[in-house]
Amino acid sequence: MSAHIGEGARKGKLRALLARGAAARHLARAPPPVAGIWLGCGLTTSQLNDSRVRGFAYQALLVAAVAALIGFAWRNAVVNMEARGIPLGFGFWNEIAGFNINMSLIDYSALSTYGRAFWVGLLNTLLVAAISIALATPLGFAVGIARLSPNWILAKVAQVYVELMRNTPLLLQLLFWYNAVLKALPGPRQSLDWAGFVLLNNRGLFLPRPLFGEGAWAIPLALALGIAAALGYAAHARRRQELTGVPARVGWVALAAILIPPVVAYFAAGRPVDFSFAKLSGFNLTGGLQLYPEFAALVFGLVTYTAGFIAEIVRAGVQAVSRGQTEAAEAIGLSRGQMMRLVIVPQALRLIIPPLTSQYVNIVKNSSLAVFIGYPDLVLIFAGTVLNQTHAAVQVMAVTMGVYLAISLTIAFALNLFNARYTLKDR
Amino acid sequence: MSAMSPVAYVRTAPEPELSAPLLSRGALAWARANLFSSLASSLVTIGLVALALWFVPPLLAWATVNAVWSAPDGALCRAHQDGACWAFIFQKLGYLGYGSYPVAERWRVNLTGAVGAALIVWLLWPGAPRRAVGAWLFFLAFPIAAFFLLRGSPLLGLPTVDTLLWGGVFVTMLTALVGIVFSLPLGVLLALGRRSQLPIVRLASVVYIEFLRGVPFITVLFMANNMLPLFLPAGWEPDRFLRPLVGIALFSAAYLAEEVRGGLQSLPGGQYEAAMSLGLNYSRMMRLVVLPQALVLVIPGLVNNFIGLFKDTTLVSIVGVTDFLAAMDNAFKDALWSGPTILPTGYAFAALFYFVFCYAMSRYSAGMERRLAAGRRR
Repeated sequence: MSAHIGEGARKGKLRALLARGAAARHLARAPPPVAGIWLGCGLTTSQLNDSRVRGFAYQALLVAAVAALIGFAWRNAVVNMEARGIPLGFGFWNEIAGFNINMSLIDYSALSTYGRAFWVGLLNTLLVAAISIALATPLGFAVGIARLSPNWILAKVAQVYVELMRNTPLLLQLLFWYNAVLKALPGPRQSLDWAGFVLLNNRGLFLPRPLFGEGAWAIPLALALGIAAALGYAAHARRRQELTGVPARVGWVALAAILIPPVVAYFAAGRPVDFSFAKLSGFNLTGGLQLYPEFAALVFGLVTYTAGFIAEIVRAGVQAVSRGQTEAAEAIGLSRGQMMRLVIVPQALRLIIPPLTSQYVNIVKNSSLAVFIGYPDLVLIFAGTVLNQTHAAVQVMAVTMGVYLAISLTIAFALNLFNARYTLKDR
Repeated sequence: MSAMSPVAYVRTAPEPELSAPLLSRGALAWARANLFSSLASSLVTIGLVALALWFVPPLLAWATVNAVWSAPDGALCRAHQDGACWAFIFQKLGYLGYGSYPVAERWRVNLTGAVGAALIVWLLWPGAPRRAVGAWLFFLAFPIAAFFLLRGSPLLGLPTVDTLLWGGVFVTMLTALVGIVFSLPLGVLLALGRRSQLPIVRLASVVYIEFLRGVPFITVLFMANNMLPLFLPAGWEPDRFLRPLVGIALFSAAYLAEEVRGGLQSLPGGQYEAAMSLGLNYSRMMRLVVLPQALVLVIPGLVNNFIGLFKDTTLVSIVGVTDFLAAMDNAFKDALWSGPTILPTGYAFAALFYFVFCYAMSRYSAGMERRLAAGRRR
């Protein structure tokens, strides 16, 4: 340290800095505490400091630890299961289940097998999830756009809805709808009645059930043809607009093309569809399409809850489209509807779709809360009743988790495909 | 400029300003712009106001003037069916708060809660001094002390309280705390593992994270409850209350890991390079340079995650743990307090409880986000 540098404090500071640097260098060079073990194995110091050698050693350690953990758990599981007389394989799959399920999309009775019960549960889970997704999406979009409305009171109402849904547990909402609302409804004799079409009581929601007679197949066929025609016309109109600039009223034509053929087919085939309405007979309702209160509460709870989350996603997506886009759209003279449809929404969708799909995954996962209100979904039937009857906890839980994992990963995979196609490409 | 011209047509004093037209200022203009800007908007406004008038006053009356505020049992509530039965809540407050934890020992719960709350405020208060000390206390010393205080220890002269007696808000808070105290360190490790250069470490982290994020929380609870005893040697019967806590810690770690990973990714690469050029090794680089910055960046995300976790703690009742909601459900079964207004009152109170906590946390998180963004704003 020469005297050129200066006096007193400055000198002291520099010295402290240099000393700290030296200490840091020293520390960095010092072999780590575990080095002794490896030096003992015949490795040289330079090999020890080679990051590849170290990386290899760490990974070997990790593999050994995980393998030891799995081996330990596996061994204990086999011993414990044998001691308790729990079956080790999937032999129970083809045994008679012996319990009833009140709602099933496929044929099922107490004489069916556990395997059959699994499919009933899985289909019920998928049914609830599909219906909830189909209903939560439009509701969420509506609330999200309402939050951005220039109408102050509408925006506030939407905001209150979103905060209420997002900040209370889904389970609480489900219990409320099921126990405090649906169970508290009057009995079948005092059903809430909307003109005889829809009846609501503590046995569930009753809708008209369509009865398909001979020739009813013509109606879906006509509908499919109508949709195809509408799509074809839309493609034609787009091509023509690109070539000539002449716009077409695609919306009205498509609406007509989709609605008119089924109606024509209905009458042409001699009115093959009839409806059965729920009617009071004795103490209960017969006929109609009965939605059990468990099902109705689960769908209603999932839809209203998830719509709150979707609304926030939609709002964030629309707000993220830069202001300049709106101004540019106004500058070229688009109407407000055209601006939304042609400029804002296509750009917002790119931001909305990824979190939206994760909400769809959440709906599938949250449908497992069915177990709390007794809707026979996969968890209630399989991870509940079947597990309790067979005691095959490991197998049953592995299958249940595997199913949810497969659904989640499938949706994630579809999302990746979407992202690969639609993310903005930087040039 | 010697003399004024006899014809003066230039004003010598400015005319007083006219106020803006009535329709473009004040409440009226605001209403025109925000409530009645178009025909559709006006219809929506009128409809919503009518709906609110039809819906809100009866609800307020139900909750306040028509409600039964004090009663020895449910008879009075059954007589007043047009109002809430707050007397029921007051009567059950002790049970809803602590479950069956012995009344004489409840100070232990209060003490733990107060210390925990103080530590959380220390950690989350922007600019609080010596946060590192707070972190050590919160993540290491506090759980150990809380365990002995709540469970009891003959050495300290505290009688043991069986976990079967634990319940209510206390258990809800405890499960949520376990979900952050034990899972944040694990989540940080998993996040580092997922960004590691070592392929097997990365693979193991990805498999763990994606597996737990891909299955419902209920199945994790079922697994912890039914499978944990099978995976341990015979005789190691884990406590009935401990099993779901293990499930929560493992489950929440996967979510926190993804949150932390976001923070690690958002840190500029220059920070890593600067740390390496100083000669810091991996653990020092992470401990001294990367994590202190990344973890502060992800505080809003962590809090949002915690809101989800706080709501998810309601699910532990499926494996027989009496959390707040389960305690409420048990309280409903009291025959003395049966009546049509009990359920709506109980659910309304529970909703208020969760709402207050979650909303406060979400406000904190949003405020923190703005604060953190302020530094990066240009």
